[in-house]
Amino acid sequence: MVCESWKAQLDTYLDGELPQEELRTFDSHVRNCPSCSADALSRVQLKRAIHMAGKRFTPSAEFRKRMQQNMAPKPRRSFRLGWMLAAATAVLLVVGTLTSIYLGNRSGRDQVFSEIADLHVATLASSSPVDVISTDRHTVKPWFQGRIPFAFNLPELQNSDFSLLGGRMTYLEQTPGAHLIYDARKHHISVFVFQELSLPSKLSDNALQPGKLSFNMETWSKGGLRYFVIGDASAADIDSLAKLFKAAS
Amino acid sequence: MDLSGANLPLDSFEELAIPLFDQLYNFAHWLTQNREEAEDLVQETYVKALKGFSSFQLGTNFRAWIYRILRNTFLTSRKGLKVTMTVPLDLDEDEEGLEPAIEHDTPETLLLARSSHESLQSAIDELPVHFREILLLCEVEEMSYQEISDTLAVPIGTVMSRLSRARQTLRSRLRSNLQQGAGLRIARGTNHGL
Repeated sequence: MVCESWKAQLDTYLDGELPQEELRTFDSHVRNCPSCSADALSRVQLKRAIHMAGKRFTPSAEFRKRMQQNMAPKPRRSFRLGWMLAAATAVLLVVGTLTSIYLGNRSGRDQVFSEIADLHVATLASSSPVDVISTDRHTVKPWFQGRIPFAFNLPELQNSDFSLLGGRMTYLEQTPGAHLIYDARKHHISVFVFQELSLPSKLSDNALQPGKLSFNMETWSKGGLRYFVIGDASAADIDSLAKLFKAAS
Repeated sequence: MDLSGANLPLDSFEELAIPLFDQLYNFAHWLTQNREEAEDLVQETYVKALKGFSSFQLGTNFRAWIYRILRNTFLTSRKGLKVTMTVPLDLDEDEEGLEPAIEHDTPETLLLARSSHESLQSAIDELPVHFREILLLCEVEEMSYQEISDTLAVPIGTVMSRLSRARQTLRSRLRSNLQQGAGLRIARGTNHGL
């Protein structure tokens, strides 16, 4: 075949990634070789065509506006649930960021709690907060098989104030885990489960308000797993759900 | 002067992130192939990026950083999980050490380059996501191999071999689509003749 070794590097050359010392020699060859120059031309045409075809999707005006409002430091008030959640997210983020700027470096522990709060809010603000939609723990639990590197038990909810809405896979500081969403008297509560050893920060078992941002949270470790229960429900509800999980695990 | 992200003002984030909004949305839509999912993905990316901005080092590549957040977020989404379950796990190992594909069909490549805008978009859409994303990062976002390597968290050698395979697969799909189109035209012509 003609110019095999040259053509093997043609894409690298056209991507502008050939080392400087090879560039001049390559340039000279392509200019003088009809086969390579024709190939280079056709590849450039394809690159241009992909460049044009790839600029295909533009955000809708509504989405752009929504994002601008989310990014704005001053949250807007709205009566629609979606907007309220979006505004809550904005407040959380701005307050979180300003707090971190003021305090400087936060400890790893605070960062984990803050990230848990963000995961909770961001998920509820999503149009599809759960990947497995079911009130049946025997449906939700098996869904996680093969998706996360551990197993855990879900509590029986009969005669309790809680109902399971579904679950999704999540990540905390590059560690895969399970995210379950429960309903308790119209309040959504998130339960996160991760492998304790995989988490970079050492955490103590506590009931607390992460970042004092109106959420109640409880966290504990059992059987090598770290659990977080968080939501805007009352501290008593958070504690009740935590107790159900502790009893099940 | 402290260049660590701990004291970065919120304005810096907006200055860096807002100009990338359209590009991030375009990339997200190509990944998810769905408008609503793309919007969720972009929103979640911005939330995570703002949250993690304190750890971003000014002077390093913000674009690669935020694209990496978007991609990682996609990979943990419902659709992303499906994709990772269908893409071979040893993909990168397979690609390591492979020589870039050599094309011997210059006239045909020229023909492929003239494929219609729509047929090219369909061919890109049909690519496996790991080929689609790398092709878009290179050709649409015009990222350097180093930026792509940072975004995808793979070595530069893998970037080169995967990119080569992506282009090869795209050409092959375009060629196949063109042949199918030609076949249909011939068939129609025959019917008209009858």
